[in-house]
Amino acid sequence: MPTRKRHRLTTRLWHWINALCLVVLLMSGLTIFNAHPRLYWGEYGANDDYAWMAVGSSERMGYLRLGELRLETTGFLGNWQDSQGRTQTWAFPGWATIPSSYSLADGRRWHFFFAWIFSFGLGFFMLRSLWNRHIFRDLHMRRKEWRPSHLWRSFRNHMSLRAIRHSVGEDYNSIQKLSYIGVIFVLLPLMIFTGLTMSPAMDANWPILTNLFGGRQSARSLHFIAAFLLVLFFLIHMVMVLLSGPFRQIGAMISGGERKEPSR
Amino acid sequence: MTIITRRKLISSAAIGAGSLLSGCDALNRSPAFQDMLASAETANFTVQRALGDRMELASEYDLVDLSPKFRANGTRDPGTADYAASAAQGFANWRLRFTGLFAKPQQFSLAALQSLPQRTQITRHDCVEGWSAIGQWTGVPLKILLDLAQLKSSAKFLVFHCADRLGGRPYYESIDLIDGFHPQTMLAHRLNGEPLPIENGAPLRLRVERQLGYKQAKYVTGIEAVASLAGIGEGKGGYWQDVANYEWYAGI
Repeated sequence: MPTRKRHRLTTRLWHWINALCLVVLLMSGLTIFNAHPRLYWGEYGANDDYAWMAVGSSERMGYLRLGELRLETTGFLGNWQDSQGRTQTWAFPGWATIPSSYSLADGRRWHFFFAWIFSFGLGFFMLRSLWNRHIFRDLHMRRKEWRPSHLWRSFRNHMSLRAIRHSVGEDYNSIQKLSYIGVIFVLLPLMIFTGLTMSPAMDANWPILTNLFGGRQSARSLHFIAAFLLVLFFLIHMVMVLLSGPFRQIGAMISGGERKEPSR
Repeated sequence: MTIITRRKLISSAAIGAGSLLSGCDALNRSPAFQDMLASAETANFTVQRALGDRMELASEYDLVDLSPKFRANGTRDPGTADYAASAAQGFANWRLRFTGLFAKPQQFSLAALQSLPQRTQITRHDCVEGWSAIGQWTGVPLKILLDLAQLKSSAKFLVFHCADRLGGRPYYESIDLIDGFHPQTMLAHRLNGEPLPIENGAPLRLRVERQLGYKQAKYVTGIEAVASLAGIGEGKGGYWQDVANYEWYAGI
């Protein structure tokens, strides 16, 4: 077998296209959220119904309400200064949204255009990775990797800078595999399907979607929660890249890099 | 050394993020880029129409599923003297006029509409902003009216003219014939068993259940059958399409 690169061309291409799509989808999604910064469970939900999560705003202050818990978020959510120093009362601030000044119509245009690229990219990457055995060879959890002792060791290695540096180029460890599987096969498809559930035309075409997610407003809540789990993944992903040698890591995701023989 | 380079990396990432943002705003102002973004509407329309039967029904619900309060949005009262006078007499003088490409253009009073076969459906109203409300609608299926007025084969779109104005412009909306003849598409005059409240579009509002709330024109005074939307308003097929970049096809 010829020596394998760390990342195949498909993986590298998809990684960067997907990264761009996710940033645009998140930021344009926050614009759309700003149109109605309240989340509900069930099929319906509007201003007179109970929201499990809401961003409140006024000229004086902004707050985030989670259930009965109320946190003041002035300066960040619901009440913030734009680049001209004016007070704005939209939920998410301009630096986090596309476009930076509120336009639901434009936010939707960005969101749906990049949603198509994102969906095609994910579908292509899944099929290609099944075909070239990337999934089976690199992401598949072997039986021994499910053992709690194994998972615990893998988790502890993430707490050690030396272990993180040492692991670069090796086969993925079980925590890595689990997070990549969770993102690629659970969170990203969940984003697509909860997104489609919010569409009234898809409700007619595929009524199973609303039943699957417990209603349109539940799907909207899950869409938002999954988006923030992806943000959490992104943050940990960034920390790991920075700790393990960012230039080498980013270079490998561009040019392919070299695979190290397994140490054990 | 590595610490400095790392710091540089982080600060350049921050600068990159900043320029990404202003770059996005610049792209957002570019007509060519907007046209590219808008192409997703064609994809949504084509695929969503292809995925199901053209006459597939939107989900219908039971009385126990109704929203306690059906939220009103957009115009809550047209506020004109004519409208107020009509409302004061229970809209007895309200007329729904069929114009344009009909073999038998005609008008219907509210009483005439109510004497035609009726349909009642409990459906979910999905606003473009993200909220939803479930309501029970009673009205005349649009198909019955299109058949009575004898829609000509040259007609491609139905334009709904409304009594309300937003920002000085008359509100209007339009749908194609697939939605026009869909069994759930109706002109509703009752909500939750009561005459349609003024804030929800009294006396007549369009229900086109497979699209978002801004398509559900309120205070409907006329239906015009046209071969092209080019001559109506600014030619984009609806008030929100004309004044902002909202899509004519609002299936998602």
